[in-house]
Amino acid sequence: MSLKIKQDQARFRDIVRGRIKENLKKYVQKGEMIGKKGKEFITIPVPTIDIPHFRFGEKQQGGVGQGEGDPGDPLSPSQQGDGSGPAGQGEGQHILEVDVSLDELADILGEELQLPRIQPKGKDRIIATRLKYTGVAPSGPESLRHFKRTYKQALRRQIASGSYNHKRPMVVPVREDRRYRTWKQVPLPETNAVVIYMMDVSGSMGDEQKEIVRIESFWIDTWLRKHYKGLETRYIIHDAVAREVDRETFFHTRESGGTMISSAYKLCREMIDAEYGPSAWNIYPLHFSDGDNWSADDTRLCVDLLKNSILPVVNLFCYGQVESPYGSGQFIKDLKETVGASENVSLSEIADKDAIYGSIKQFLGKGK
Amino acid sequence: MRDKSTNLPAHLHDIRQQVERHAREYGLDLFDTVFEVLGFDEINMVAAYGGFPNRYPHWRFGMDYERLSKGYEYGLSKIYEMVINNDPSYAYLLESNMDVDQKLVMAHVFGHVDFFKNNFMFRHTNRKMMDQMANHATRLRRYQDELGVERVEDFIDRCLSLENLIDYQSPYVRRRADPKVAAEQQAHVAMGFKSEREYMRDYINPPAFLKEQQKKIDEELQRNKKLPERPERDVLQFLLEHAPLEPWEHDILSILREEAYYFAPQGQTKIMNEGWATYWHSTIMTQKAVTAAELIDYADHHSGTLATHPGQLNPYKLGVELWRDIEDRWNKGRFGKEYDDCDSFEERRRWDKRAGLGREKIFEVRKHYNDVTFIDEFLTLEFCLDQKLFTFGYNEKHQRWEILERDFKKVKEKLLHMLTNFGQPLIAVEDGNYENRGELLLIHRHDGVDLKIDYARDTIRNLQSMWRRPVNLISKVEGRGVIFRFDGHDHSDRKVEL
Repeated sequence: MSLKIKQDQARFRDIVRGRIKENLKKYVQKGEMIGKKGKEFITIPVPTIDIPHFRFGEKQQGGVGQGEGDPGDPLSPSQQGDGSGPAGQGEGQHILEVDVSLDELADILGEELQLPRIQPKGKDRIIATRLKYTGVAPSGPESLRHFKRTYKQALRRQIASGSYNHKRPMVVPVREDRRYRTWKQVPLPETNAVVIYMMDVSGSMGDEQKEIVRIESFWIDTWLRKHYKGLETRYIIHDAVAREVDRETFFHTRESGGTMISSAYKLCREMIDAEYGPSAWNIYPLHFSDGDNWSADDTRLCVDLLKNSILPVVNLFCYGQVESPYGSGQFIKDLKETVGASENVSLSEIADKDAIYGSIKQFLGKGK
Repeated sequence: MRDKSTNLPAHLHDIRQQVERHAREYGLDLFDTVFEVLGFDEINMVAAYGGFPNRYPHWRFGMDYERLSKGYEYGLSKIYEMVINNDPSYAYLLESNMDVDQKLVMAHVFGHVDFFKNNFMFRHTNRKMMDQMANHATRLRRYQDELGVERVEDFIDRCLSLENLIDYQSPYVRRRADPKVAAEQQAHVAMGFKSEREYMRDYINPPAFLKEQQKKIDEELQRNKKLPERPERDVLQFLLEHAPLEPWEHDILSILREEAYYFAPQGQTKIMNEGWATYWHSTIMTQKAVTAAELIDYADHHSGTLATHPGQLNPYKLGVELWRDIEDRWNKGRFGKEYDDCDSFEERRRWDKRAGLGREKIFEVRKHYNDVTFIDEFLTLEFCLDQKLFTFGYNEKHQRWEILERDFKKVKEKLLHMLTNFGQPLIAVEDGNYENRGELLLIHRHDGVDLKIDYARDTIRNLQSMWRRPVNLISKVEGRGVIFRFDGHDHSDRKVEL
């Protein structure tokens, strides 16, 4: 049964996503996308739209609570939203903390953003097959005999021929009654995937920019993991030179100095050439930068690398440009002009945290 | 005992009969109550609709539904009970609940039903609201069909933004005309020219002339008459009477106003009502209904309802404790002059006159009080200490919320302040012809807490869209008087001496 409230719900979701009723968008209150860092625990945001009323400012108001503690003790964080509303007003703002597995999370992400399922490439390159029992046949090895179906067949035959005596219900299968399980060989497509994260850590990338990269790459990672068992991740940071690092360093280093994006693309190409043969791997290079490259020459080199060695072998190349007060933001324009039209290139500008949502959709919306 | 809920499964029907019998034996005075068993999806829907299965289409119901379903899906929360104030009352049971839960819920529901029927705050509510809500839904759907979803929904959004601008007290008081104004009006009767001679009067002042004079005076009065005569707290009513609304807008605004008035008493008696229902489910269950096998589950779920997170105010908990405290005090005779005058702590603690008036007292209290008067009268120093109540506030220096005080007076003051006018700022229409330009002037009666300014601006904008002429609001920000104004294009504020 479809409930009539589902229409209201769909409308609400559309408003939250900013599809309709732009005027309400500023009243949408959203939680953080990632709550706890680490294992499989996460905060589920429950967006609400708060229609403006004449009401009291919160900080001056305070309230009454119940429990232990001395004057001057801080309230624990969970109290702050709830306790501040008058008791008569019903619920306060709830940000629910929910434990869900990353797999579920990816589902939610997919549903929220209406992402297409990824079509792994290399379906034609079948590496393994698997057996799947799909039906029943009148012949086969005894070890696969289907006892129940055989019995039924025998019973049916005996009743039809009139030899079944319900007072003495003995059923004896003959050769023709026997049924066996049959199988099919199902091709098992190879779905190895690697994500190569590249980030510009030159002086102009501040903590806020890195936070954006961290959140965005977490979600992309989650989505890809859902589609590929055994996803590998590699991390490259670069300023004027590029080097491979571990995850922790990737998100926390702050270098200074100039920016040569080509250095990262070179390292990326070497990595692919050495370890990830495109025939067996789905490859996702993701690059984040503030778009301030050293020189036009280097940009030309980058485009060259992309066109000739990276794009032909990867599923999708994503470039996310974070806005920074220093960067000129030229790089994304150059990419747009040169490789922007390619099937497997996705470019996105991320102005602030609010733009992450749209950017993820842009990256993953291609279903590659 | 009439019984309309024939659709209850047999075993629930038996439980219901049993629980209702207990409730009536204790003296609860009930409407007929219809129980419906719903699946979680349906119960979430009905809850999102505020308890009514048939509401008009609006996204905010979808929002509440989404929150409830997410909460349910992730096992965080589920709706235990829901009952609506109607005659007959409708109550909903969650299909998947255990029988002991259903028993608890029914007992709780009967507590609410008794409260709805007897508490004075609900005397003016429409007891056929079930039908009325469905009528409202039909009317609004028709407008949507005629005028388009978007247009109607936008207007509803704006009405909702103003829905707290009603006079929460008005159903219970008769606002009288000011006697001074009435006396002044006396003076405005046309007397005509003075005449010493009785027989000359009609000659000097012929009736037609007098009539004309009277008309002039009346017109003059009309022109000088302030609109509204007294500050009008039912801003919605004022808009309905004086704003240039389209007929359909008028109808929708009146629908939303009616619904706001219907729901208001529930918010104004939340602590009492939830406490009362909790008191009764606990009394009925522990004294009569619960079986040995159900005891553990009952205790578990009952304590879940009463859990207080350190520092939070749970209306169920606060309410039930107050009811028990009142019962205890009147049982032991801890009231009246003698007790109040006694200042020996030890003596007060051991005070027991075996008055045995507890039950009687709480039944009386449930009739004549609302949360404000309830707390004001029955929250005592001992209770405050016992329940470890405190006030909290935001410490700008430490950038965090902190416990402020445990002082009884402060706690009570704060609590009452939170409950007064339903925790909403007091805002009234002062003038419908402000500056003689047909502008609307509202005044916020500032009581120490500023308005949330960005919201106030947006709300003024919504008001303006209905009033059509510029709208002004006088309030205070950080101790200084400010007039907020929206003229249809721009916001402006200016300082004002108050």
